[in-house]
Amino acid sequence: MASKVTSTVMRKGLRVLGVAIRAEKAVFTAAVLSSGVYGAMTVASAWALGWATENVVLPAFGAGETAAGAMSLALLLILGTALLKALGVAGRRYFAGVMQYRMQARSRRDVTRQYLRLPLAWHHRHPTGQLLSNANADAEAAWAPLAPLPMAVGVIVMLFTAAVAMVITDPVLAVVGFLIFPAIALMNLVYQRRLSPLATRAQQLRAEVSEIAHESFDGALVVKTLGREEEETVRFRAKAEELRDANIAVGRVRGLFDPVLEALPTLGVLAVLLVGAARLESGAITAGVLVQVAYLFTLLAFPIRALGWVLAELPRAVVGYERIHAVLSATGSMEYGAAALAADGPARLRVSDLSYAYGDFTVLHGVDFEVEPGRTVALVGPTGSGKSTLVQTFVRLVDPARGAVLVDGTDLREVARGGVSDVVSLVPQQTFLFDDTVRGNVTLGLPISDQDVWQALRLAQADGFVSALPSGLDTMVGERGTSLSGGQRQRLALARALVRRPRLLVLDDATSSVDPQVEAKILYGLRDAAAMSSASTVVVVAYRMATIALADEVVYLEHGRVADRGTHDELLARCEGYRNLVTAYEREEAEREALESDEEVSA
Amino acid sequence: MSALQGVERSALATVRRGLSLTPEFRKGLAGTFALAMLATVGKVIVPIAVQQTVDRGLKDAVPDVPFIRDMVLVCAAAVVFTALCGYLMNVRLYRATESSLATLRVRGFRHVHDLSVLTQNSERRGALVSRVTGDVDQISAFMQWGGLMIIVALGQLLVASVVMFLLSWQLALLVWACFLPLMIVLPRFQRWLSAAYTRVRERTGDMLAAVSESVVGAAVIRAYGSESRTAERLDTAIDANKAAQARTQRIVATVFPLTEIVAAITLAAIVLLGVRLGVGGGITKGDLIAFLFLITLFVSPLQIATEVLNEAQNAIAGWRRILGVLDTPPDVADPGPQGVELPRGPISVAFEGVGFAYPGGPPVLSEVTVDIPPRSRIAVVGETGSGKTTFAKLLTRLMDPVSGRVTVDGEDLRRVRFSSLRERIVMVPQDGFLFDGTLTDNVRFGRPDATDEEIALAMTELGLTDWVEGLPAGLDTPVGQRGESLSAGERQLVALARAYLADPDLLLLDEATSAVDPATEVRLARALEGVTRGRTAVSIAHRLSTAEAADEVLVFEHGRIVQRGPHAELVAEPGVYADLHASWVAAAHS
Repeated sequence: MASKVTSTVMRKGLRVLGVAIRAEKAVFTAAVLSSGVYGAMTVASAWALGWATENVVLPAFGAGETAAGAMSLALLLILGTALLKALGVAGRRYFAGVMQYRMQARSRRDVTRQYLRLPLAWHHRHPTGQLLSNANADAEAAWAPLAPLPMAVGVIVMLFTAAVAMVITDPVLAVVGFLIFPAIALMNLVYQRRLSPLATRAQQLRAEVSEIAHESFDGALVVKTLGREEEETVRFRAKAEELRDANIAVGRVRGLFDPVLEALPTLGVLAVLLVGAARLESGAITAGVLVQVAYLFTLLAFPIRALGWVLAELPRAVVGYERIHAVLSATGSMEYGAAALAADGPARLRVSDLSYAYGDFTVLHGVDFEVEPGRTVALVGPTGSGKSTLVQTFVRLVDPARGAVLVDGTDLREVARGGVSDVVSLVPQQTFLFDDTVRGNVTLGLPISDQDVWQALRLAQADGFVSALPSGLDTMVGERGTSLSGGQRQRLALARALVRRPRLLVLDDATSSVDPQVEAKILYGLRDAAAMSSASTVVVVAYRMATIALADEVVYLEHGRVADRGTHDELLARCEGYRNLVTAYEREEAEREALESDEEVSA
Repeated sequence: MSALQGVERSALATVRRGLSLTPEFRKGLAGTFALAMLATVGKVIVPIAVQQTVDRGLKDAVPDVPFIRDMVLVCAAAVVFTALCGYLMNVRLYRATESSLATLRVRGFRHVHDLSVLTQNSERRGALVSRVTGDVDQISAFMQWGGLMIIVALGQLLVASVVMFLLSWQLALLVWACFLPLMIVLPRFQRWLSAAYTRVRERTGDMLAAVSESVVGAAVIRAYGSESRTAERLDTAIDANKAAQARTQRIVATVFPLTEIVAAITLAAIVLLGVRLGVGGGITKGDLIAFLFLITLFVSPLQIATEVLNEAQNAIAGWRRILGVLDTPPDVADPGPQGVELPRGPISVAFEGVGFAYPGGPPVLSEVTVDIPPRSRIAVVGETGSGKTTFAKLLTRLMDPVSGRVTVDGEDLRRVRFSSLRERIVMVPQDGFLFDGTLTDNVRFGRPDATDEEIALAMTELGLTDWVEGLPAGLDTPVGQRGESLSAGERQLVALARAYLADPDLLLLDEATSAVDPATEVRLARALEGVTRGRTAVSIAHRLSTAEAADEVLVFEHGRIVQRGPHAELVAEPGVYADLHASWVAAAHS
């Protein structure tokens, strides 16, 4: 059973290697040719040394003189084989590296392209950490056997040449080699087989240790303010000790096999001396041959382990390759139609009987409403009522399970690729800035003049702090740049949407971190801009009265359904849930005042 | 801002200090070292056996088979013995290094939690994580491979040289003369290689950042149709990484075979000089042949030398970085058992001329003096950047003031034991950070010994039962990494329940319900009002009603308290508060 599984893995592994070889034929050929030269020259160098011993050293010690011709030839042979061998090694290492890195880069490109192509719903189903490791660790693992592969092919050449050479020089000594070398190769295979799962486990634990540290340090404020440092340390220690034990297990296997693999060829040489002595006695071989075979054994001992390296990497490579393959063959990619949306004028939005579910959990049920061009609609609802999910369907980040979103009567699914984002801009609840300049973050690479960028920043009330930044529009923000406050980040994200003059602007609680005074200025600015020619249709998710007051109409969501819709005043008059929600603060205030006056009366 | 104190140390001093922190490693090190030397002796068995065979076994026309047999058996026994030494050495080395590094890792982790940099500067967190992960791994990789290789390689060179000098001092000198130039240039190659590896690491970092951006920013990229621009950025990063990797391979491919050529030159020179010496009767043919084998012992140490040196450098850098953490004194230190234990009950707080500034930065708070009597409700208001959050961090002792002092029940905060402080004073930050786990797990973080019933009860008391029941699996709903499966408002609800369960005597809310809908927020406020009655409560307020409900309002501007008093008083006088109030009113009623 186990061997069947193993042979399946081996077959799959060889198929993975086949993929790489087909993709990089020229580089692989160069690497293998170099490695072949290396293999042949390794055997040849032993032969050269044997020849020198036989024809230069032994005669010299025997006769007390050296033949100048033989000496020159011996030196030439030693140096020549070494030079060729060195060239072989250089070529092998270089081309093997190039092949490996090219394949890794290729997988990384393919995988990241696929990330960009796959719909957001797919992203939601896969944790960020997994996607990062697909592009990093898995791409590395999948092509790791490519580094030792040419050497292994060279070793096969080497072993074949050595076998032929030994059989020709002395069949009996060759038998010693035929016993020792397969034993080394086999032992090495067993070694790598035992090591591989342990090493994978250690690698996994290393990632887990890092995850705990990441999470714990990210949540430092919570850990500290609740005084949970000790509990966190206990959690970390448990994982660190698991890692320690896993590493020691790896060490035990290494510790056992490394000396054995080192001892085997040494024992082989000793066997050669013993058998060789008997062969010398019978006159079958000369002393030079003995030296040559013994030398060959010392030279072959190390490279033969390359076979094991390749085989050992295969299971990990198969896992890495299959993970990458799973990403590349992921379906459910967003299909696009061919329809184009008009370029100018406010858009008409229609949400038609729309439902959406995360897995089995339905968050939106038959949502249905329409927004006339140029109107501003506020989406209001309690925390967790499905507002953010709903606005995601407006820019086609996700497609509804049932029903449709239509802009100017066209189902968004019919619109050509890129067509939706040209017309609709969403400012999400959670701000995301790229590791780029302020300008880059606003334009996202579109050819937009600085004048327009500044205008958008002004509208988003961001021009003040941006002009105070060290390099203005060219200041780096995001991961490695200037750190901005939450409100500043939100204003940049808003400018990013405004600069595109979208026909439909969707704001998902996009000014929550902005001071109320600044928010008011932004909202008035938007209304003034809307009154001008560049009018947009606006959908805004909001709690604040000031924001709601700007809307022509309110859609009130409760538990994923449209509970009511109408003007603010209408809903206030007839919808209890809405009234409770938006007047919560006022009622609270009123109650307090009443309470205080009661207290005064009673006092 | 470099808050970590990297004491400048030489490489040797760094390693010495590092080893002094890991007693597990030093214990038994001498024994491991002795075993390593014995294991190395195994390397010269082959040359000696060959020399003996040629000189004594094959002395006469007829080989002395019994001698060769005995000699081979002795050598085989020696091989088995040295292999055994090798095994024992490996096992001891792995156990010692892994145990010591696990200790170091945990010490580093615990220490980082004591450093205020963690809560001050979120950008440096990634770097701190690598101190207890990657940096330690680097040390362990060196100790188990590179460090061992240095011992083995030096031992191998030493043993081989000794045997060589015993056989023939002339030939031994010749071997050294041939290899010495290579040994001299190797450090230069190592510097090239090290620079090249550094570049690979940087490019890999860039590439990972680009990939992570494309994954984390997936929604924005799609919403703005900037897929092709992102693809270009990715390709640039991936290709730059590939180019850097190929560059290192070019260096390795040049340096590595160089040793082969030097070895061949040495071989040729040995044959040439050896034969001369042999003809003169200075050495035997066995000696000469033994030399041919001994030279191979010079090759492998030099072939791996550049990589070992590189690892050594990385390991020392790793030591430096982790020592940089451990040697930074915890700036906000727990007084420990000597500290004061606060009795339970309503807490009073006093700020006495408190000032704060980040190292090298402008003052964030200056001359803040205020008394917060027990059972009082304080609202803290002010614009973004006015010092409100710094005030909160000083009150919870996430940082210590630069001047003045903060006292609790008359005790300097610095003298209060952490265990006592954290039990009595709890802050709910604006960003409701959640750990990967279920809702229950996260709420229980507030009080680890709370039962499921107590957690359910807490949710009921806070009026969150309806919300919990609407979730796919109620209290067992997983919240995802950093709570990302929940909305911002929902995360705040969990964070609040967590603090509520902790049951502190002073509750500090830093805009803790800013992303929650108004009805829920009012409900929460009412619930909290009920439970904090008789306790002290400080709220950093983002809306009117919180300030109105407070006994006293502290108005911050530019790091100072510019106004204070009850809402009714403050709103009547012109000033910062009246302006703020006007804008709130406008926001709520326009």
